[in-house]
Formats: sequence, C-alpha cells, structure tokens
Amino acid sequence: MQELSVRHLLGIKDITAEDIQLIFETADNFKDVLNRPIKKVPSLRDITIANVFFENSTRTRLSFELAEKRLSADVINFSSSSSSVKKGETLLDTVNNILAMKVDMIVMRHSSPGAPHFLSRHIDANIVNAGDGTHEHPTQALLDSFSIREKLGDVAGKKVVIIGDILHSRVALSNIFALQKLGAEVMVCGPVTLLPKYIKELGVKVEFDVRKALDWCDVANVLRIQLERQQMKYFPSLREYTLYYGIDKKMLDSLDKQIVLMHPGPINRGVELSSDAADSHHSIILNQVENGVAIRMAVLYLLASRK
Amino acid sequence: MQKRLIVNHQLLEIMVMRLCHQLIENHGDFSDSVIIGLQPRGRQVAQRIQSTLKAILGTTVPTGYLDTTFHRDDFRRRETPLAANATHIDFLIEGKKVILVDDVLYTGRSVRAAMDAMISFGRPANVELLVLIDRLYSRHLPIEPTYVGRRVNSLQSQRVLVEWQGSDTQEDNIWLVTKNEE
Repeated sequence: MQELSVRHLLGIKDITAEDIQLIFETADNFKDVLNRPIKKVPSLRDITIANVFFENSTRTRLSFELAEKRLSADVINFSSSSSSVKKGETLLDTVNNILAMKVDMIVMRHSSPGAPHFLSRHIDANIVNAGDGTHEHPTQALLDSFSIREKLGDVAGKKVVIIGDILHSRVALSNIFALQKLGAEVMVCGPVTLLPKYIKELGVKVEFDVRKALDWCDVANVLRIQLERQQMKYFPSLREYTLYYGIDKKMLDSLDKQIVLMHPGPINRGVELSSDAADSHHSIILNQVENGVAIRMAVLYLLASRK
Repeated sequence: MQKRLIVNHQLLEIMVMRLCHQLIENHGDFSDSVIIGLQPRGRQVAQRIQSTLKAILGTTVPTGYLDTTFHRDDFRRRETPLAANATHIDFLIEGKKVILVDDVLYTGRSVRAAMDAMISFGRPANVELLVLIDRLYSRHLPIEPTYVGRRVNSLQSQRVLVEWQGSDTQEDNIWLVTKNEE
C-alpha cells in the first residue's frame, strides 16, 4: 500500500525515485488494461479534470485526454486561443473560475516556467504539469524512462544521451532528473550555444561531437530544435545543424552496437532525424506515444488517491 | 492480538477436496468452464483448486487471476491507497462458465468489483462464486457464494487470515484474528 509523496506533479525534481517506481508499477497495470478488448476502467468516475493548455500541443493533450477518458473521469478542455485570456484575465482568475465549476484536477501547460508551481500555492486541486516553458515536462520524462525500462529491462546503469536543443528543452531537464534518480548515466550533446552554461552542475557529461556521443550511449533521445523559443540565432542555419548534429540510418548502422533511438515529438524529419532513421528498427518513438497514455493514467490515478 | 484456529491443514485439505467434487458435480469435464482467482488472496485458492481438480480429473482447467483495484467503489474513500496487482487472464471468457474464487467473502464489494472487471474479458454464460470462508451477516450487497468452505460468525473488528504453506508458514491454516483493545 504505497502512495506518492506529493499532491501535485509539478516536476521530476520534486519527486523521489520511489515515486517514479510506483508510477511505473501502476503504469504496467494500466498498460495491461489498454491492451484489453475493453480499454476502460471506472476508477475516476466521480472526478472532473480540466485540461488547461495555454500553449499548443497535440500529443500531450490527446494523450492526457485519452488517459482521463480511459479512467472514466469527466473531462473539460480549455485552450487559451479561444478563451477570455485574450481579454486580459489573469492565470489565477482563469483557473479559479474553472475550479468554481467543481473541478478536482488541473492538467496545465503554460509558456512561463513555474506557472504550475505558482498555481499549486494558491489552489486546492491536484495539478499536473504538462509542460511549463523551458522548465519541466514531467510526464514526458516518465514515459521516456518507462519506455527505456520496457525496451532494456532497467534504467539503472544505462547510458543515455540527450541530443539537440538542450537550452530550450523542458523534456531535457525533466529527463535528466528522472534518469539520474533511476540510476542512469546521462550525457548531453549539441552545439555549444544550445547547451546551458551550467549544465555540468547537474552532474551530466557534455559532448559536442554527436558521433562520439552515439558511440558511448545505449539510448539516444533526440530533441527538436525549438525555433519558436529562440529569440536569436544560435547556429548559422538549420542545414548546418543537420550536417553536424542530424542523425541518419547510415550513422546508426555504422555503430558497432544496437542503440535505442527516442524522440519526444514532434519530429522535424530531415533536421534532427532523417526519415529512414526515425522509421528504423532502432526507433521506439511510437512505443513512447503508446506508453504515454499508460503513464498519464498512472499519474492521474495516484494523484487522485491523494485527497 | 489473539489468533484462534478455525480450520487446520487437514480440515482445509478435506474442504478443498469437497469443493472440487461439488464443482465436478456442476461442471462435468470443465470443457466450458474457467477459474478466475481474485487478486491478491484468491490467487492461491484458485491454484489449489486447479491442482486438486487436475489430480482428480487429469485435466487442467484454464485459470486466470483478476485484479479489481481499478474497479473498486472505495477509491478516495479509504485511509490507505490501494495497490494494484497484475491481471493475468490469457483466455476469453465469452460464453464460458466462470468460477470466481476468493479466500474470504465479507462485504461482497470486491466480488461486485470483480464482476465489473470481468466483463472486460467477454460476456460469460454464467458466473459462480467459490469462497473458503463466508463471514455471515456482514454483507453490504446482495451477493451470496455458490460454493462455501465454511461459514463463520465474526465481529467487525475481527479478521479472517488464510495462511498457505510457504516461506513464512509451515502448514495451511485459517485463523480468526482479534485485535486486543488495550
């Protein structure tokens, strides 16, 4: 009989390795449920969840919504583009108005780092961070580690390299925390301008040569170049980035071992990953998406049991 | 804590044997029947029933384990959260005669949850319930067992504990456990 040590899932930084294991064990059971003819359980039937997205999303939002529906929760959706946020309402007012309609949990994506942490200090409902700016994206990191565990048996002792735009990536930060808590070795790789200045303080290896990084690793998690977050030029051109940091199948086949290729999506085919690499047998990208629903079911279920 | 032995290992063996013969009376060669043990504690009862039936009939009756955690009605109403167990049912129960197996029948709520959970695997022809111990006068729902090992009168503060021979105990026993007030 275990429970999470937190009431909200704001970031991987705030949870323990035991929490992560509990989420994984629960997700195993939900994955089993998802492979049945009837993929629905009635666990959250008296719970209402609001998906509050102040930033665009396809995968995460669909994945959360599906997870909520599979758990029989009532779901309401909110996106900032079609709401009163445009009329000048504050974040706290918007959320308090949603909560006034008797909502039990909030799944929120916001472009400002720390937005869910701010909310958690002011409201009662359980909050799940679905990405806050360039800060954290905990459920993505959980499903990434869960997918590694599923593919390789365990996360502990594995060598994982995160390649690409580390500076603007919430996926990178959450992944570093999750992988380290689970006992993996982490390396980041990318152009020097796209690596945070103090990234070494987190205890990760830094490599600028993608070929060396691939030689070292068991798992490569490739990130997208987040042009929408880049206020200035970090590298001369996408073409040049692809030349130095793009990964193709030829490169993967020339390694003397089998590595696992991951990507949190959306992929810019032909930039960070070539099409033949993304669709190769190395890739577990679609398994990640499948596992996303089970992980999110586990998170929602475990948080809901914390009143 | 006081423990009173209500069924010792010899009696338990006779009880399981009797339950198996009652099953055979209703199910014949078990060609359309399956056994489903309720996780976590019904699992060992189901295994015992399956192996005893194999000893008598020579056939292996398909046996699965069903976890009802996500179907329970006391989620968010309990002090301690529920931990889920694995469900392992590698057959369809569509059109089958299902024998649900658990160790103790108390309020009937887990059996209700189990019937809900079971529907995910198909529509059974009929469903029966087998329990080792039926705690009388404690039902919250109109659920009654088809096969009963033994009926016991017990207080709400008491607990029925079924021990199977294994790592921590020498022999199979069923105890009635009373917590001391002081």
